[in-house]
Amino acid sequence: MHTSAVWTSFSTILRREVRRFTRIWPQTLVPPVITMSLYFIIFGSLIGSRIGEMGGFSYMEFVVPGLIMMAVITNSYSNVASSFYSAKFQRNVEELLVSPTPNWVIMAGYVLGGVSRGLIVGFVVTLIALFFTDLSVQHLGMTVAIVFLAAVLFSLAGFINAIFANSFDDISIIPTFVLTPLTYLGGVFYSIELLSPFFQALSKLNPVLYMVNAFRYGVLGVSDINVAWAFVGVLAFIALLFGWGLHLMSHGKRLRH
Amino acid sequence: MTAALSIRNLEKTYDNGFQALKGISFDVQPGDFFALLGPNGAGKSTTIGIICSLVRKTAGSVSIFGVDIDKDFAAAKQLLGVVPQEFNFSQFEKVYDIVCTQGGFYGMPRKLAEERTEKYLKQLGLWDKRSVQARMLSGGMKRRLMIARALIHEPRLLILDEPTAGVDIELRRSMWTFLQEINAEGTTIILTTHYLEEAESLCRNIAIIDNGDIVENTSIRSLLKTLNREVFILDVRDTLEACPDLGGFHGRLLDENSLEVTVEKGQSLNDLFSRLGEQDVAVVSMRNRANRLEELFVSLLEEERQGGEA
Repeated sequence: MHTSAVWTSFSTILRREVRRFTRIWPQTLVPPVITMSLYFIIFGSLIGSRIGEMGGFSYMEFVVPGLIMMAVITNSYSNVASSFYSAKFQRNVEELLVSPTPNWVIMAGYVLGGVSRGLIVGFVVTLIALFFTDLSVQHLGMTVAIVFLAAVLFSLAGFINAIFANSFDDISIIPTFVLTPLTYLGGVFYSIELLSPFFQALSKLNPVLYMVNAFRYGVLGVSDINVAWAFVGVLAFIALLFGWGLHLMSHGKRLRH
Repeated sequence: MTAALSIRNLEKTYDNGFQALKGISFDVQPGDFFALLGPNGAGKSTTIGIICSLVRKTAGSVSIFGVDIDKDFAAAKQLLGVVPQEFNFSQFEKVYDIVCTQGGFYGMPRKLAEERTEKYLKQLGLWDKRSVQARMLSGGMKRRLMIARALIHEPRLLILDEPTAGVDIELRRSMWTFLQEINAEGTTIILTTHYLEEAESLCRNIAIIDNGDIVENTSIRSLLKTLNREVFILDVRDTLEACPDLGGFHGRLLDENSLEVTVEKGQSLNDLFSRLGEQDVAVVSMRNRANRLEELFVSLLEEERQGGEA
């Protein structure tokens, strides 16, 4: 395919993905916004006012970056996992497989679709957060970069989950048993300085911790970890998952017989 | 002349060990209307799946207008349109979006994809349904939607895997007319079907596949010439109490107004009518008991299986 044709194909996949999650916005865009608003009310306002400061900031200020990142991660992941698995289930993934669209373009289109939903939800959650606290971003470039990269990483993970999935149950197992625990234990609600040295060390094995803290550093200017490691880790995982995804696609794993 | 489709020694063994194709070879010439026939599980859909990349071949080669799928599958796919047996579009997307989006997957600029979408939805009688979700369409409409989608990039080779399954006769005939028109305009068509009268009236050449092997590959005309006998049903004007004397023809009384007569190769229908005329039996209409191709198809498969058992 020529470059212009590749671009057309990519933009077509992306447009279809955005059309899909905006068509079913009550299922895709509203629930995370309601959930995060409840977190703001309960953890930020009601309980947070009794917790006091954390990392030198009010609890609400501390928890907001983590909650935004949590919304971006979960929505990016679930968008690609459910969309690509649905395409497998309804067999309309064959529309792409029989076309000359290269595998990497198929992946890129779905991943950017997931990133789009993650960023839209993240943006709306940020707007709602402004009702509860003032957000003055300390490092804008870093904030945007880490939220984008995290969305890419978890969209890729959702894509690979969808390739392996044989049922709709299979695309909820990873979010329920892996993603949610990693996110909740990834420093969204607390600073790992509160933990014992053993659990601090254990927490540092959690990749979500790096993304949440890098984002928090971008917004508040404080972090539990070295932010440079967060970028290195995220970029490495993106390269790893992209390579794995391409390998699975080129071998037709659960897509071609 | 470069074949529209050239298949050589194509083999497929699935992961469970089932050998679906045992080294088949055949060519389809440009402009042909070609029938690929065979019973369920014979290997037709596996062959089509390999041609369009949904099934990975075990061995052999496939070329589409001279483009080897192993060397440049993207270029080969540009030449190919496929209408699968099963519905494989998103049930929740609108008819227009399904067709237009497919154009994008082939790298077509949006404006061109929109023009072609309008053209083919109108030709296939779906333009009024363009804003309807696909799940709301009838079975026949869904089949036509898949044809429109397969034509969006105007492929030189169109493969239709049982496109008229479950479609009523009126709609089936309108689809035949449409396919004959695009074939006349130069599109090579390969058709699989269980309606053998469809293959007989549309196709010029044929391959019959059974149990992963090609058992016949010739023109329909040549194949029909090999028919050794035909069985006719004759409707007679006056009531009959017994089967009339048919001379050298085998026959029986089906009911008081119809006869079944077997005409062997070399026998003349004129002789039959003369014989009946001598006995004041007036024939008001006649028809084949079964489609001629169907009789051949069944006998070929029976011969193949008897050969296999021996």
